[in-house]
Amino acid sequence: MPSFYIPSEEKVKQLEEMQAALQSKLGDSIVEAAIINNEAEITIQKESVLKVFKELKDNSKFLFKQLIDIAAVDYPERDQRFEVVYLLLSLANNLRLKVKINISEDFIVDSLTDIYTNSDWLEREVYDMFGIYFGGHKDLRRILTDFGFEGAPLRKDFPLSGFVEVEFNEEYQRVMYKPVRLTQDYRDFSSNNPWIDEVKTDTFNFLNKKAKAE
Amino acid sequence: MSEEIKVRTTTLNFGPQHPSSHGVLRMVLELDGELVKRVEPHVGQLHRGTEKLIEHKTYTQNIPFFDRLDYVSPINYEHAWVLAAEKLLQLEIPERAKYIRVLFLELSRISRHLFGLGAQAMDAGAMTPMIWAFESREQIMEFFEATTGARMHTNYFRVGGVAIDLPEGLTAKIQEWTYQFEKDFKDAMDLVVDNRIFKQRSVNIGKVDKNQALDFGFTGPNLRAAGVAWDLRKAQPYEIYDKLDFDVIVGTHGDAYDRFLVRIGEVYESIKLIRQCILHMPAGLVKTDNYKFTTPPRAAMKESMESLIHHFKFFSEGFYVPEGEVYVPVETPTGEFGVYLVSKGKNKPYRAKLRSNGFAHLQAIKQIGVGYQLADLSSILGSLDVVFGEIDR
Repeated sequence: MPSFYIPSEEKVKQLEEMQAALQSKLGDSIVEAAIINNEAEITIQKESVLKVFKELKDNSKFLFKQLIDIAAVDYPERDQRFEVVYLLLSLANNLRLKVKINISEDFIVDSLTDIYTNSDWLEREVYDMFGIYFGGHKDLRRILTDFGFEGAPLRKDFPLSGFVEVEFNEEYQRVMYKPVRLTQDYRDFSSNNPWIDEVKTDTFNFLNKKAKAE
Repeated sequence: MSEEIKVRTTTLNFGPQHPSSHGVLRMVLELDGELVKRVEPHVGQLHRGTEKLIEHKTYTQNIPFFDRLDYVSPINYEHAWVLAAEKLLQLEIPERAKYIRVLFLELSRISRHLFGLGAQAMDAGAMTPMIWAFESREQIMEFFEATTGARMHTNYFRVGGVAIDLPEGLTAKIQEWTYQFEKDFKDAMDLVVDNRIFKQRSVNIGKVDKNQALDFGFTGPNLRAAGVAWDLRKAQPYEIYDKLDFDVIVGTHGDAYDRFLVRIGEVYESIKLIRQCILHMPAGLVKTDNYKFTTPPRAAMKESMESLIHHFKFFSEGFYVPEGEVYVPVETPTGEFGVYLVSKGKNKPYRAKLRSNGFAHLQAIKQIGVGYQLADLSSILGSLDVVFGEIDR
């Protein structure tokens, strides 16, 4: 690891103290807590989002005043398909924390808009990219994709080329959507390497091909 | 009996092709006369699906995508990506590479601030600083061109170091340039810093206090202008920043004028950093000699079979990054840019979430833009210093 990412003894102690404090304050909502790659992370029960974040923001032990980002990761092979990761920053303690929840496609996550103002757009982006719903969000619309866009582009079962493309239609004299047609098949070179152990099946390559075949 | 008051508001489309919308921002404004009642920014007109594309390319192939995020300071964005990969790979890079990186990061920071400052001054009606700043920006781009062959989208950083060593004599040239630049920069900024019109257009405009700034997710100069001394280069130092001497510039009022001044201060700090980098830069390798992650030297490939294999492997399948996930933030000129990288042990990332700072800054305009005049809105937008390549990703 680059030397500047190896934390000092103080920092390690601080991280461990925070983990202990988290366990004592929020023990019943925490499913799992760990320090991986010198980054603290906790997995919480998906129903207790609001409670946990209120505590993390206002408790003088944590003071995670900034919500840096909300990321979602799609694991199609899992039961609980999506992992939503909240990245928090505490300026007072100079600490970062990842808070994770595992949810299935139809679960509605509690919106954080009342706790962190900037979660407004962050949640809209997750909704746009993954189709994850946030309950209590006042304005849950698509944000980055085109007007009238359909589908959740960052899901693993969404092909890279998408489903539609635009072209100017001479007959109707306007820009129109049509199903995407590639002049050449999309080339996704297999990255399976027989010399490397434990190469897992390339889930998203497989899904891409499946989506194309349908 | 109370009288019925009729309020008639005008709805106005600001952008997407407005000169002060900094690219392709569209804002739907509700105006009461000249007074802004409601701001609704619409983003996404520059959305290219970078995060999706990243999942389908190898780690080295992904570096150019980061140039095209904030296309005004591309190098700072590449940096987050290579750091994230290095952290997962547990790869230490040579000392010289760190110095070269910081040198280029700071040059890029200056060029970003020159653009931001110039644009903000222009949004408030001052044309000259922009043009003078671009003259200096041009000189910085010449340094980039001399090293990498590209002026803007440099594609210079690599996992394990930088692509190529600096050309001979470049550091001396940069050193000499800093003295000239200091004068030029002062001249350009003196035109507006104490200018009455500019002050009227920016003092007490778009005020954000400490708590608001934190709540909005502000980072970088916008957060520091609100009075929070927070700089990742100091607080969570990476590369060699802990060995260098520089100050964190902090504002007091958190208005558009303070944001302007904080950026000016940062340019001077960057000059200090550049001089220190040049002074202390050691000799040696510019990328790691672990040829699993970089290309071997051309000469070695002519003689050694193994080098040839490494070269072929590097360009055909790239390298395999161990399973795991990291969040790596860096302090870009505009704020915290971070890469949340999930690897499944393959040569392509499983998922990369790019934390965009402009995304947080721009959405705050819904709150801070209200209650000012229409003309102030472009001043506020200029002071937030957003670039749409990075917001829309």
